Amino acid sequence: MDKKNKAKVVVVTSGKGGVGKTTSTAALGAALALEGQKVVVVDFDIGLRNLDLMMGAERRVIYDLINVIQGTANLSQALIRDKRLENLYLLAASQTRDKNALTDKGVAKIMDELRTRFDWIICDSPAGIERGAVLAMKHSDIAIIIANPEISSVRDSDRIIGLLDAKTLRAKNGQEVEKHLLITRFDTERAGSGEMLEVDDVSDILSIPMLGVVPESRQVLSASNLGSPITLSDPASAPAKAYMDAARRLCGQDIPLIVPAGKKPFFANWFGGRAA
Amino acid sequence: MSFLSFFRQKKTAPVAKERLHLLLAHERVSTGRSELIGRMRQDIVAVIAHHVGIEKEEVRVKINRRDSVFTLKIDMEVS
Repeated sequence: MDKKNKAKVVVVTSGKGGVGKTTSTAALGAALALEGQKVVVVDFDIGLRNLDLMMGAERRVIYDLINVIQGTANLSQALIRDKRLENLYLLAASQTRDKNALTDKGVAKIMDELRTRFDWIICDSPAGIERGAVLAMKHSDIAIIIANPEISSVRDSDRIIGLLDAKTLRAKNGQEVEKHLLITRFDTERAGSGEMLEVDDVSDILSIPMLGVVPESRQVLSASNLGSPITLSDPASAPAKAYMDAARRLCGQDIPLIVPAGKKPFFANWFGGRAA
Repeated sequence: MSFLSFFRQKKTAPVAKERLHLLLAHERVSTGRSELIGRMRQDIVAVIAHHVGIEKEEVRVKINRRDSVFTLKIDMEVS
């Protein structure tokens, strides 16, 4: 019973596609597991699963979320234990094209069961604001909104925040889903030169607190090539450090947020330095 | 491209910020966060229409958020 109360369901969502939901789900899941938490990452992107690839477990998927909902497998059969961390698990999405296979009741049952087994249940939402995205957020206690410092991403994030306030069980019970903003693909140089929205601008516009800022980095692609969360394959990299800090903040640790400094472009620095 | 424009970095982010502020203030009323605002709008209109005549279509409800402060602006013509 205690365990059930302790468990936290987190949805990683964004509205817009391609901003880094799946990458972030994998990285944060592994980071929380490194912190000693028992974690399951759940892929809600029915028909377009990719979390298995990011976790490097694509060849080990036998049963998936839909199999469990339809009763062709039980939860224990469908949970894939990570090869690197024994307290990290994956529940894959199915490749079926029938999205209606994801039922309201089925998801509720699985979430209840996962709550009894894990400390953290991290749900990777599909893009968009359709049924799949709504079901992914429905049971969440915490939402991590992934945004890029770019107008269409910020606009879509705002829509998602609206949905979180309307469609989740917590909202329906008069409670609030705890919302956190995670900015990914942040380019310090371009923000510094006024070409890209600043971190504070985005957080200000969306009016939700920052969980972290993940800098744009080629190491993120390398990690996905390898099929490893970046927090495991390249823990010393700047993105991995940002994810680790974000995970610790989720666990309640008070870690000051260091926004990668807005560097000025080379010439501006040069002239600026001379003038000063 | 002139020699000078190479040094004069284009600052487009402030434009993006302003566009977003305007757009979202508008969209929060008509979509997304609308469930709440839409319902509030209906209730507000109902209460006021109970006492005075108003053009129901001409009621504008706007919510703005700045940090932790919400402001609610209601614009209507009373006849």
